[in-house]
Amino acid sequence: MPDTIALWRYTLLGETAWLVTCLLPDLALANRFAFALAQALRATHRWSVVLGLRSVTVRFDPLEVTPTEARAAIQHLGARLEPAPEWNGIVHTIPVRYGGEAGPDLETAARALGIAPEQLIALHTSQPWRVLILGFAPGFAYLGPLPAALHLPRRATPRARVPAGSVALANGLTGIYPSELPGGWHLIGRTDHLLFDPHSDPPARLQPGDAVQFVAL
Amino acid sequence: MLRVLEGGALATVQDLGRFGYQHLGVPQSGAMDGVALRIANRLVGNEDGAACIEITLGGTAFEVLAPCVLAVTGADLGARLGGMPLPLWTSVRAHAGQRLVFTQRRYGARAYLALAGGLDVPLVLGSRSTYLPGGWGGLEGRALQAGDVLQPVVPPRDLLRLTARRWRVPPTYGRMLRIVLHEGACDVPTSWLMQPWRVAQASNRIGLRLEGQPLHARVQSVDSFGVFPGVIQLPPDGLPIVLMADAQPTGGYPALGAVIQADLPHAAQLLPGDTVQLVPVTAEEALDALRAQRAWLQQPLAEDEALFALAQARG
Repeated sequence: MPDTIALWRYTLLGETAWLVTCLLPDLALANRFAFALAQALRATHRWSVVLGLRSVTVRFDPLEVTPTEARAAIQHLGARLEPAPEWNGIVHTIPVRYGGEAGPDLETAARALGIAPEQLIALHTSQPWRVLILGFAPGFAYLGPLPAALHLPRRATPRARVPAGSVALANGLTGIYPSELPGGWHLIGRTDHLLFDPHSDPPARLQPGDAVQFVAL
Repeated sequence: MLRVLEGGALATVQDLGRFGYQHLGVPQSGAMDGVALRIANRLVGNEDGAACIEITLGGTAFEVLAPCVLAVTGADLGARLGGMPLPLWTSVRAHAGQRLVFTQRRYGARAYLALAGGLDVPLVLGSRSTYLPGGWGGLEGRALQAGDVLQPVVPPRDLLRLTARRWRVPPTYGRMLRIVLHEGACDVPTSWLMQPWRVAQASNRIGLRLEGQPLHARVQSVDSFGVFPGVIQLPPDGLPIVLMADAQPTGGYPALGAVIQADLPHAAQLLPGDTVQLVPVTAEEALDALRAQRAWLQQPLAEDEALFALAQARG
């Protein structure tokens, strides 16, 4: 286990937040450390804590606690932190219609990866993916990390409108658009599953630490 | 009680924002100029965080359906009540049948209309703020349109007591935003950063997009991390985006820095075409500015005797 000094980097974001970044190169492990820190902070402070892929953004009232004091409190919690478990036991099975109108980028994405569309689907459904964070839009879950065979950069030109339920991949991650949004990821399929409802509690069906198993329809 | 006659450019119900759901991807939303919203509420005897109507640019018009007390703060959008200029930063008694119109922009971008007793729209995730991209919150998740009727949550009892209260020293909205630079975000001489930036047409409640000589980010993209209103993103094209109320809670562009919290109301009062200057300050200076703003917010209300006498005479 690396020592705690080298594990985190602290940068001040404005005068009201610390961006605490986990320096481990492995994204999956860095995310589990960041998630553990976020949970520890939520359990002990009233600060706003937002989990990033490998970081935690902690917002505080700088007139209640100085940035230096806030950093000391975060460091105290981070000192003896174990990474969150790889999986919390919850798995969401999400049926997906791959390709065709539902996944207009399936063929081009497969070609860019040098595999057949069927292979892409087989890889995408081969194992459950961890919910790394929710962000970008209400209920949008970043899932992964994906194996290198599925790594693609974002599309050169983002779409102005991506239909709700689109299953997409980019930057070594996969995700599901919870509502119609602009987006630059490759659309490989679509699901009818509702992932965010502001009138439900909790409003988001997927939570960090859950797992998502895609199933081809 | 008010009926909307004209929605205008953009008018939405907003309060101080939606907190505690950012980790689920839910934007904070709420008033772009939270200071103006707080003061509008205080003037009419509401709690600081009650819902108000955020009126952007103007063209919005209301008919008063029942006697009420209201106040307008923030931008000067040429508000008139019953054909007379409406004093800003002052609570005013309005009578049934009068029209409240926002004719044209004189300065600023967003005015806040508070109604004594608040606005009766449902709470969604703990807030009455409208989130337009999601289509929820506020009034059916959309901008106000002709025919909408807005009622107070609790009709206030003593309208006269709430009338003619005045905020002594309204803020002076400036075209300068103080920023705290993010360590190692970009290599750029301060003189370049301090060029006059133009607020681009694509700016909205999500963010102010700035146009000018592009800056060069050290990195093109980073692993998505938590951001908030005020954070300045630097996308690959080198043109900064100042995140505002409806911004997504995570972003994958490097952060150039953040507008200091005390200056967010100034950012809120900018519209496309305006120019703005970014001035780097230290975190210590940012804290001093925030302290000064909090102290300024503590000042007591004044009573406008002439206006009060008028309200009393009219009963």
